[in-house]
Amino acid sequence: MATELERVDIVTVGVGWTAGIIAAELTKAGYTVKGLERGEEKTLDDYFHQKDELRYALRYEMMQDLSKETVTFRNNADMTALPMRRHGSFLLGTDLGGSGVHWNGQTYRFLPYDFEIRSLTEERYGEDKIPDYMPLQDWGITYEELEPYYDQFEKTCGIAGEENPLGGFRSDEYPLPPMVETKMIRMFKEAATNLGYDPFQMPSANLTDSYENPDGQRINECQYCAFCERFGCDYGAKSDPIVTVIPTAKETGNFEIRQNSNVTRILTENGEATGVLFVDTKTGEEFIQPADVVAVTSYVLNNTRLLLTSEVGRPYDPETGEGVIGKNYCYQVMGSATGFFENEKFNTFMGAGALGAAFDNFNGDNFDHSDLDFLHGGEIAITQTGRRPINNNPTPEGTPRWGSEFKSESLKYFNRSLSLRLQGSSLPSRNNYLDLDPVYTDQYGDPLLRMTYNFTDQDRNMAEHCGAVLGDVLEEMGADQVDVSNELSDYDIVPYQTTHNTGGVIMGADPETSAVNSYNQMWDYDNLFVTGASAFAHNSGYNPTGTVGALAYRCAEGIQQFLDNGGGQLVEAKKNGRKINM
Amino acid sequence: MAENESGKDGMTRRKFIQNTGLVVGGALGGGLLGGIIGNQTGEDAPDTAQNNANGTNGDTENRMEARMFFKRQQDFNVLRSMTERIFPEDDNGPGAIELGVPYYIDRQLAGPWGLNAKEYMQGPFEEGAETQGSQTRVPRGDMFLQGLRRVNAVSRNEFGENFFELEDPSQQNEILTALENNNIEMDGFSSAEFLSTVIVATIEGAYCDPVYGGNRGMRGWQMKEFPGAQMAYINVIEDDEFHTMDPVSLHDHHS
Repeated sequence: MATELERVDIVTVGVGWTAGIIAAELTKAGYTVKGLERGEEKTLDDYFHQKDELRYALRYEMMQDLSKETVTFRNNADMTALPMRRHGSFLLGTDLGGSGVHWNGQTYRFLPYDFEIRSLTEERYGEDKIPDYMPLQDWGITYEELEPYYDQFEKTCGIAGEENPLGGFRSDEYPLPPMVETKMIRMFKEAATNLGYDPFQMPSANLTDSYENPDGQRINECQYCAFCERFGCDYGAKSDPIVTVIPTAKETGNFEIRQNSNVTRILTENGEATGVLFVDTKTGEEFIQPADVVAVTSYVLNNTRLLLTSEVGRPYDPETGEGVIGKNYCYQVMGSATGFFENEKFNTFMGAGALGAAFDNFNGDNFDHSDLDFLHGGEIAITQTGRRPINNNPTPEGTPRWGSEFKSESLKYFNRSLSLRLQGSSLPSRNNYLDLDPVYTDQYGDPLLRMTYNFTDQDRNMAEHCGAVLGDVLEEMGADQVDVSNELSDYDIVPYQTTHNTGGVIMGADPETSAVNSYNQMWDYDNLFVTGASAFAHNSGYNPTGTVGALAYRCAEGIQQFLDNGGGQLVEAKKNGRKINM
Repeated sequence: MAENESGKDGMTRRKFIQNTGLVVGGALGGGLLGGIIGNQTGEDAPDTAQNNANGTNGDTENRMEARMFFKRQQDFNVLRSMTERIFPEDDNGPGAIELGVPYYIDRQLAGPWGLNAKEYMQGPFEEGAETQGSQTRVPRGDMFLQGLRRVNAVSRNEFGENFFELEDPSQQNEILTALENNNIEMDGFSSAEFLSTVIVATIEGAYCDPVYGGNRGMRGWQMKEFPGAQMAYINVIEDDEFHTMDPVSLHDHHS
């Protein structure tokens, strides 16, 4: 029998970036917020002396314990989904701060095109340009409307950046100047400029100076020690929820975090969320936490799964295209190229998670797609995140993967090769979706989330076209040999690609085709907000955290309006009057 | 010196060559022998100062060289020879054995990694497509024992000798290639998966922080010109020139 706890104004499911932002904003406004975090407490003390590749990067110190919960995966509906038994393609975070702690800090804004992608595509190329299998949709908000929230998130983090010449309008400059230019970054920028592109320094949450954010939180200056992704920052020099929004919320006295508390159900009654049911992971005891507002703020995959296990919202049906929970699961379509230099060495082992440069000439609709068999594109970038020796053994194509040749080639090229990346958009397919697995369960006996995903023709054509540019840039940089990897086979859940999973609880203007409105408030439950990258109707050619942060600030504003004004829907539903192609 | 040392161990130079296959190309320097020979076989390894001569960290590291996982000497001998073939001694510097890789792997197998403790191990188990990743029910510890014994059985069958006693390294390589091509039968996993697991573990042992028993004397890092766990590069990162520096380990952070 679950014990019922004292009612709070807002309860959050998980405490990472999005819950931290909501907690900071709502507690400042005088509301009580309770964060239920299934993992352990984490502080900066946990990250001192953590420059240990094996423990953090390869034994996944900061990642979810998959023996307790994972996902199942298949490429298509004809296959049997099987559990992702080990971490690989993407890394699910755990503990206070979640994935927001082990990120690199590359903090982009999406393009204006992204938010009105369907309308703008039809306007420029006609409706027939959008393939039948692609439920592409506008987000129910424009870039101009979201811009102030981007600005707010960047100021909370102290983002160090330089204006993207091909990006959207900015109401203000970045709070800090960009990161340093290193030899490889300079070579990349020169080559890109020579080829007629518009490079800029990557926007970074690794801070370039000591900074006090508008909430009074102090963030330190990055030391370029090269242990960012998969690591927490021992300097407190990478913006994460632990050094920014969580302390802000705590200082108000209105925020309570309960650790080791795993939410297993959203509780509803008469079309309203009444609270959540959770398990104390240490004692096994069950509790009910009643709340006026339930904010579902865990990682993309958990957001979707919790709605499905709670039977909240209409599950997506790939046969009919009806329903919304689990719809438009997207990922990131990556391409890469490595250039091998015989006579030049680079300090590849130095760096920072967001040290790099990029250009957007092949991103969004910044180039003419009239004669191309794909939409959108991706960011082309070089990053100097710091090569670590176990995981980085670059060798020219055709080198064996063990033995004497492998050894000597991998030693030779560790500091004599550079890699560029295409971070490609991922547009939805009606065949890519999330639902509940019929066979495999978690530690509590609840079904695991089932992921059905494969790359589409759109993805393959985009990666081939845009990925070829990587090779051109490396040649212009003077590489003696260039290996380009831009041909996509089937999506494979084993090699690490990116943790940029998106969709499943998508936003839009029309309740028929979206789960939440532009405040990330559920259409079907006025007091239930679901935010995070789960709200993305597609994934752009960028790292998602900037947009996650902006949407969370918008969501926080929505929750406050909801509470201040006595409830109700914050956005009037719009019927598009258009049936999504099926 | 080296000859004497091996003689004292009851090990002939001939035996040493058989065990390691290190003399390919005749490039072996005499100065390397002391360090290598001490690690050829666990039963023979003397606990001497000479054993630590090559950049190891003195008595402490040496005392870490006892097996926590492998019980049979023969299994460990097969493992050592396999790792040396994957990451051989050459002109660049030490190979897997001298770097302590076999002991590193032994210790890893004795911990959570060997038991797949933080991985999803619930059934039902099905083979699945390659894109779905490893679906074996066999934990890594068991996989190593079965795999190493199968490798040795194949060696005896094909070449009439234990794997670690094959004179010709190309014969050892032949068996590794058979593993890679899935031509050796295993129960519950593929031989390619076994080999991949050994490759990954060998590279880990060559380049991990020395706290784990591998990368002895940080010589893996030195070969790769990787300076380890430096606290900061802010003062040099903008320089065009390449920086070589003495590596720093987690140990240095605590001293």
